[in-house]
Amino acid sequence: MLNIEHLSVAVGDKQILTDINLHIGYGEVHVLFGPNGTGKSTLISTIMGFENYKVLEGKIVFKGQDITRASCDERARLGIGVMIQRPPTIRGLSLRKMVEICGATSKEAESMAAWMGMTDFLDRSVNEGFSGGELKRSELLQLMAQKPELLLLDEPESGVDVENIALVGRAANYILQHVDCRQDKKCGTSCCGHKADCPKNNPLAESGHSGLIITHLGHILKYVPASHAHILYNGRMTCPKGDPLEVLQCISRMGYEHCAGAACARKG
Amino acid sequence: MEKNNLQAALQKQAAFGADLDLKKFDDNNDVHLQSAEDLSASGKAKLEKVGIDLQESNRSATFVQVDNAQLKSDVKPETPLTLMNTGLAAQKYPDLVEKYWWHAVKPDTDKYTAITALEKENGYFIHVRAGAKIAFPLQACVFMSHEEQLQRVHNVVILEEGSELNIISGCASDEAVEHGVHLGISEMFVGKNAKLSFTMIHNWGHNVAVRPRTVTLVAEGGTYISNYVCMEKVKDIQMYPTVRLQGKGAVARLNSVLVAPPGSHMDVGGKAVLEVPGTRAEIVTRSISTGGEIINRGNLTGDAENIKAHLECHGLMLSNEGYIRAIPELFAETGNSELSHEAAVGRIAPEEIQYLMARGMSEEEATATIVRGFLNVNIEGLPATLSKKITDTLDAFQMNKGM
Repeated sequence: MLNIEHLSVAVGDKQILTDINLHIGYGEVHVLFGPNGTGKSTLISTIMGFENYKVLEGKIVFKGQDITRASCDERARLGIGVMIQRPPTIRGLSLRKMVEICGATSKEAESMAAWMGMTDFLDRSVNEGFSGGELKRSELLQLMAQKPELLLLDEPESGVDVENIALVGRAANYILQHVDCRQDKKCGTSCCGHKADCPKNNPLAESGHSGLIITHLGHILKYVPASHAHILYNGRMTCPKGDPLEVLQCISRMGYEHCAGAACARKG
Repeated sequence: MEKNNLQAALQKQAAFGADLDLKKFDDNNDVHLQSAEDLSASGKAKLEKVGIDLQESNRSATFVQVDNAQLKSDVKPETPLTLMNTGLAAQKYPDLVEKYWWHAVKPDTDKYTAITALEKENGYFIHVRAGAKIAFPLQACVFMSHEEQLQRVHNVVILEEGSELNIISGCASDEAVEHGVHLGISEMFVGKNAKLSFTMIHNWGHNVAVRPRTVTLVAEGGTYISNYVCMEKVKDIQMYPTVRLQGKGAVARLNSVLVAPPGSHMDVGGKAVLEVPGTRAEIVTRSISTGGEIINRGNLTGDAENIKAHLECHGLMLSNEGYIRAIPELFAETGNSELSHEAAVGRIAPEEIQYLMARGMSEEEATATIVRGFLNVNIEGLPATLSKKITDTLDAFQMNKGM
């Protein structure tokens, strides 16, 4: 679904990412570990196409289409959705309107908000005065409506209290696995869109959706079936085929440097 | 007020705004139009834009003044309010004159108030009886049809105890009027537990200068909500409406929405004086410059214990021309008052545009959405049709600008 080849990115005059290669197949969820300031958010912002992230070299191909120079909204319309760490406040635009802009009908907006515990926020300005956890729920609510095929999450657990981590995880999982029956033509099975009734199905395989998730603590892994892990260290990608839980354990025991280097190479 | 003192005040410059030479304008009381039907098509369109519905559907009463002559003053049957020309009311109700006329606005405030006090009295007088809650808005329109007109207006609005009224005051000038001066003195008296919503929408000619002078007195438990909307080019407007909260539990909220195109100068302020304990006020202004000049003055004065007021002034620059200046002032005169202000002036944050684009909006849509949201103050008392009209105007304006 997503192929990143030899990508180097600068912000302003400073090069942040060097020669990044990343291949995310249909139905795969990749986790990205790495110390603060190493360029994880830069990678996600570059995939989304935000301004100020200058591609120096390499290319980004999404569903077979080179989107390296595509604008942010083109990428969104092609099926990429992002949750950034610090979304801005949009004063005077209600969350309800925003969810509808993302693609939900007014009825869907209501039920999705109820599910996310955000009903009381629907008529407030987007993100205005939201707490850390409320911001995450607001973002996920918008993404539920947007129904991206490639979900980019930048630290979905940060600032979220213990009780709400499960909700955030389930919401991410829902977005990844939920087949949009209105749009998706391959949606032919009887349990389409109601994965709970179909225990034998691999829901992710059916939805074909993919994800890239930045996480420090890995709580989200309890809820989302991540298949691959990477460590971004000093602007370079390592561990191309790491198992998410193993890599997480390695990092907590030995630190990023060790795992990104020797431990990773051994797995080869 | 002694006539002599007022004569002297004719030379008195206003505290703010460019000094206007009133002698250059045609001060007459002539009747230039016989009926609303005589209005030009563009004039009628402008009235609609400022919220005046000449069909008078969903309106409790209608007042129209053209230049310095009353054209219309009709109250729907069985509506418990009095509406008439202020000059006529002064003859009819000398006791009310004694009690209210020029009690809120000092006639020697400046040359504009002085000339209005000295010359033949025009404008609307509105009196709502105690306990009367008027369901539909009263619409009052002051229109300028004559080139180089000096228009004088003295409005007196009295809400007796427990009454409620929603006024839509639309002011505009004919397309044909290039130059003119509008002087609008408004004195409003919100009685005990009464509630007044006053929405003023301006749509003036390119070279018209405007000097409103508004003071509202609010008694115990009374509520005053003022909405001011000006989104069209006006050469020079200067106003600094003041609300004095004089009874316990009195509340005021002043909202302003300003859009200044190139060639406009808008010096629009708002002042709330909290004179007794237990009063609250909020002043909220949203300004956009698309090349024009905006000065936002704001003043909260807390004269008493246990008061609370907030001043909020946000400006958005959509052009490299023009400017927005925010001048907030807070005066606390007791140890137990809570006054706050929040001012921010700038361009649209690129992160906001990018954020909306990441949800699938084009750059133009994202910008328009942010601007609409920015101007979306919660305007209470505004009929839905009018609220929609403002949004439509904004949309049209954005399309014109290619935003």
